[in-house]
Amino acid sequence: MKWKNKLSWAGTGVFTILGIIYILPILIVLMNSFKKKVYINKEPFTLPNEKTFVGLENYLTAIDKYELLSAVGWTVFITIGSVLVILICTSMCAWYITRVNTKFTKLLYLLCVFSMVVPFQMVMFTLSLVADRTGLNTPWGIIIIYLGFGAGLAVFMFCGFVKSIPLEIEEAAMIDGCTPLRTFFSVVLPIMKPTYISVGILETMWIWNDFLLPYLVLDLNKYKTISIIIQYMKGSYGRVDMGAIMAALILAIIPVIIFYLSCQKHIIKGVAAGAVKG
Amino acid sequence: MAGGSGSSAVFISEKEGDFVEKAMKRYMPIFVLPTFCAFILGFIVPFIMGIWLSFCKFTTVTDAKFVGFSNYVKAFQDTVFRHSFWLTALFAVVSLVVINVFAFALAMALTQKMRGTNIFRTIFFMPNLIGGIVLGYIWQLIFDGILSNYNTALKLNEWLGFWGLIILVSWQQIGYMMIIYIAGLQSIPGDVLEAAQIDGATRWQRLWKVTIPMMMPSITICVFLSITNGFKLFDQNLSLTAGEPSKMSEMMALNIYNTFYGRTGWEGVGQAKAVMFFILVVIIGMIQLRATRSKEVQQ
Repeated sequence: MKWKNKLSWAGTGVFTILGIIYILPILIVLMNSFKKKVYINKEPFTLPNEKTFVGLENYLTAIDKYELLSAVGWTVFITIGSVLVILICTSMCAWYITRVNTKFTKLLYLLCVFSMVVPFQMVMFTLSLVADRTGLNTPWGIIIIYLGFGAGLAVFMFCGFVKSIPLEIEEAAMIDGCTPLRTFFSVVLPIMKPTYISVGILETMWIWNDFLLPYLVLDLNKYKTISIIIQYMKGSYGRVDMGAIMAALILAIIPVIIFYLSCQKHIIKGVAAGAVKG
Repeated sequence: MAGGSGSSAVFISEKEGDFVEKAMKRYMPIFVLPTFCAFILGFIVPFIMGIWLSFCKFTTVTDAKFVGFSNYVKAFQDTVFRHSFWLTALFAVVSLVVINVFAFALAMALTQKMRGTNIFRTIFFMPNLIGGIVLGYIWQLIFDGILSNYNTALKLNEWLGFWGLIILVSWQQIGYMMIIYIAGLQSIPGDVLEAAQIDGATRWQRLWKVTIPMMMPSITICVFLSITNGFKLFDQNLSLTAGEPSKMSEMMALNIYNTFYGRTGWEGVGQAKAVMFFILVVIIGMIQLRATRSKEVQQ
């Protein structure tokens, strides 16, 4: 018994070290974000000292010169807007196509499942054309694009859950005089709460980190997301400001980590659910 | 299972279903139309247009001219594209093995009785939430920092870029697969393992004869996910090496992107490559799913 106890402590020790090594890359970037830009490439693995420490200067450059705050703002706007729209529209759609059996709903369901397999490269060129022609190349318009392109997974997951809800509950509500709309919002929606969380988390992770879709769809003269800004900073030929890039990387990671730590149980559950179904 | 509970219940619920259906049908525009329209605009139209344009020569859609299969022929003749295919295939296989072996081992370790397993799970999962572009630049800093001691850099050597990408993707995805494996391990009934132990099975035998066969559904999912992730990889490839040196570390998705946006007059070829890429992803998924499904244990 005692020997086993010792073994478990040894395991904890080994994994503590492994865990620290695992997050080391993030810590190294954090450390470098406080260094003068010329020292970052020269000595990336040393702690900042009096000679190399610059305080928050890199962050201020990133915010002033590269308009990072507006990028953060647009990314937040696009992510929250798209996720809310996706959740409401696809859950309503999924409820309808599971409960109403027609050729149309069956076809729509199959198309949704099919769309999950299609890689983005297949539609990227034509999608950006469609977005340009229809004027959807704004942060408001891209929400519709995300709804269209993200509908597959969301509808699929919601349908899976709706099938498990007993019909009698909805039936009772409707006999009592609820319209389908009211039945959905006051009966079905509360029951589906766990699925909303799972789908919401999967879509949030996807849209927050997405690079290529906004890069091709958005009017880049006016709107940029964080990933796009970082790619711009690095891709601009000539002088690459490593300091500002480090700061931008950290500013891109922080919201994700806060989001993760504040609802990690749901995230892990959501990911497992999404994977099992996808 | 539920069907055995009596045919009368099924009969009633079917009738009730009719009632609900009739009431709902009038509301079709509210429930389905928003998603349907967005889906048409964001997926169906681009998809069909994409297939059509793969047979055309064009720079914008208005000047599209039908050219038959010549785009496909050009794509096949493109040596860089062929190279990117083999590189992607190799990458998918190597990353598949690395990710799944480590993820499975971690899942086994973190389901033992040990202090702090939840914290460790949280940590190992964390990189998964970081976007591909950000990941690429994080690792570029680290790799180039190490490699500069040996007077080389990630973008100077194809294989350094390849293994760099493997490390990056493993770092990102091991935690994700670990979560799926942990869910699988926890669903194995304890008495099965206990029975095997009582019958004298060693630890090794229990792993290979009980745990892994029982885990086949999770393994199917993870193998499927990591292989398609490997094929679709784009952001990380773009940010870590951008295909350097001279397109030798360019994988399929990036090659397609560069064909579209890097060479005027080659848009049709790019679209033809995209269609082939799509077919490839579908075929791999189907083969893979069938191959592992047959090994699953009926529960």
